[in-house]
Amino acid sequence: MRGAPKLLPRHRAPRWAELAVLWALLLAAAAAIGFIAIYALGADTQWLGLSLGLAFALLAFGAVVTGKALVPQERKEELRPSLDHDKDDLDLAVYVQEADEGITRSRLLKGAAGVAGLTVVGALLVPLASCGPFLDVAQLRRMAWRRGRRLVDESGRPLRADEIAVGSMTPAYAEGVDKKRLDASLIVVRLHEDDLELPRDRSGWAPSGILAFSKICTHAGCAVSMFRYPLYSPKVPKPALVCPCHYSTFDPAAGGKVIFGPAGRPLPQLPVAVDERGELRAAGPMSGAVGPSWWGVDE
Amino acid sequence: MIYRLVRFIDTRTGQTPLMKKLLRYVFPDHWSFLLGEIALYCFVVLVGTGIYLTFFFDPSSREVVYHGAYAPLRGQQMSEAYRSVLDLSFRTKAGLLMRQTHHWAADVFLVAITLHVLRVFFTGAFRKPRELTYYVGVLMLALALFEGFAGYSLGDDLLSGMGLAIAYSVVLAIPFVGANLALAIWHGPFPGTTDFFSRLYIAHVLLVPVAIGLLLGLHLVTIMFTHHSQFRGSREREDNVVGTPLFPGYLFRTLGLALAVAAVLFLLGGLVQINPVWEWGPFRPDLSTNGAQPDWYLGWLIGALRLMPGWEPHIGNYTLIPNAFWGGVFFPFLVFGALFAWPSLERWITGDRGYHHLLDRPRDAPWRTGIGVGFFTWVGMVFFAGSSDRVFVELHISYTSQIHVYQVAVFVLPFVAGWIAKRICEQLLRSEAHPLRGPGGGRVRRTETGGFG
Repeated sequence: MRGAPKLLPRHRAPRWAELAVLWALLLAAAAAIGFIAIYALGADTQWLGLSLGLAFALLAFGAVVTGKALVPQERKEELRPSLDHDKDDLDLAVYVQEADEGITRSRLLKGAAGVAGLTVVGALLVPLASCGPFLDVAQLRRMAWRRGRRLVDESGRPLRADEIAVGSMTPAYAEGVDKKRLDASLIVVRLHEDDLELPRDRSGWAPSGILAFSKICTHAGCAVSMFRYPLYSPKVPKPALVCPCHYSTFDPAAGGKVIFGPAGRPLPQLPVAVDERGELRAAGPMSGAVGPSWWGVDE
Repeated sequence: MIYRLVRFIDTRTGQTPLMKKLLRYVFPDHWSFLLGEIALYCFVVLVGTGIYLTFFFDPSSREVVYHGAYAPLRGQQMSEAYRSVLDLSFRTKAGLLMRQTHHWAADVFLVAITLHVLRVFFTGAFRKPRELTYYVGVLMLALALFEGFAGYSLGDDLLSGMGLAIAYSVVLAIPFVGANLALAIWHGPFPGTTDFFSRLYIAHVLLVPVAIGLLLGLHLVTIMFTHHSQFRGSREREDNVVGTPLFPGYLFRTLGLALAVAAVLFLLGGLVQINPVWEWGPFRPDLSTNGAQPDWYLGWLIGALRLMPGWEPHIGNYTLIPNAFWGGVFFPFLVFGALFAWPSLERWITGDRGYHHLLDRPRDAPWRTGIGVGFFTWVGMVFFAGSSDRVFVELHISYTSQIHVYQVAVFVLPFVAGWIAKRICEQLLRSEAHPLRGPGGGRVRRTETGGFG
């Protein structure tokens, strides 16, 4: 601006900096053109990332050199403005206070406004109840298993008792039930019958040592997909079902009791029976609610 | 030409004085002030790459059979959401670059925010008059954690499904209201209906990012109101602010930082694989894998869930507080509660109600540094406990013994670390007060007034 006073300190940009910025900009443009070409020629992810990253890196270099060498260098000092406006603060408070001085039933009106406001906001929030089954916690207890339902494998073929080897772990599902339901999936293991320590009221739940448990961990809902089964004596640690998320560890021999980890509730056990064709069937519902715990679930 | 443009705008808005002030806003120079800026530029990259991803992603749990480009998964049942992630990774040109850059940007975003919080804590930058900036910042940290989790949960691959199962269990575990809340959010028992994905999607691409954006604006505005804080220096005092004005000097430097952040993120996104969802496979509640790890910033939560012993208070057979509540809700609320409470707590302990525009070095407040080191050691121990399964696989240290050691260490080490940090600070201060005594090779100079500087 002709005639205007000078505001920035006098500064002569060094020649090397001008050249460096020029080259950075030109090369950035070249890298960007490279990116476009790579995109057109099949868009290999690595080359795309490399060219785009390079373009940005060159621009960054140019910008930093511009900021540190091309433009006038200043170190400005300014006094901090006061954050304290006592007079205005007082005025503000007085405005608010004086506004309702002429109203006799000020407190009553404010109370009514509060009630009306809360009620209307409440009314606006009520439709959110449509988001899910409201106050219908019974859904969490739904149980696909009832007496006689067959255990099938991934493809829907019924599982036979003689397929379950000692020390093996077999995933199983409730026949005809959506596999995505938490109560549909089982983990079936077989132990030596002498090793079983099932509670008294579960006698007959494990024919030939075949035990079935819910596959969903009672801690955080992951699939209990690991079976620890030491193959040599002494069998320490004992056979266990382990969840890979937080390593809750359940004792299949003792009916799914928690022996390590954060789970607070045993793994629900399904009583199984072998029918006349040698296929596995449920002999009743599971021993407890399936899936992670909630307020009020039975221990 | 420029003058005429400025005149035009000023005569229509009358805001030139404000713009002049903004243009000449002073930025004090210190490398640690750049952490927040890095987070800001990560957010910009996240928004940009995120918008690109929405052009191709389909948030639906509708079942489809995969016939796409990735041969090992052909013929598999999967959700529309997962298929669209596979397709945008394999079929969309530059899709994988954008997806990986987005994921990397999220990880770096949270690294930058975390380091920024540490910087602010240990330099006492949260003190009067900057409490509001601090609260807004902590709130953004919480939102960013949720946003990151929502993001990698959307893909409906095995890893994201396992994460959602845990999230469902944690919500379910909230005393009294948990069951209804979880059923409401998921629209039924886990894994819920396709409505759940619509909700998660809109939360991830609209609700949370807009909230973060608004808070970001508030964060910057409150910083501008109070001006930046600064470290003590030859010219820096409580009543002034010394540094480079936004225009022209600082604008180009910060632009350089923004471009450098973009460069690093695109290089990472292009060259370093992250979250290869095709290797995890589609999710079903009866599937899980060993060694699955969330993104790094959720490590402290998985650690807390793992460390908590199997304790569930109950009356008779009636469960009151399911275990997942402790690690998933109680612990993070404790941590964020402490972060929110600290400024008023410190004010209450010290009785210090004055302005603090000059920052402390960590040594200048040994007790604060001690408490901070103790607190972050505590959170850090829980974080490392989250990797105990990987340590077991890599180093063959028994998982159960690790957990038992951690269960004791989280209560002991914070005190030890805090005490050591406090002693180091006091020692440093003492050696400064008597620069001629004891070993040490510091330079000692006489100041104009005759003291040592």
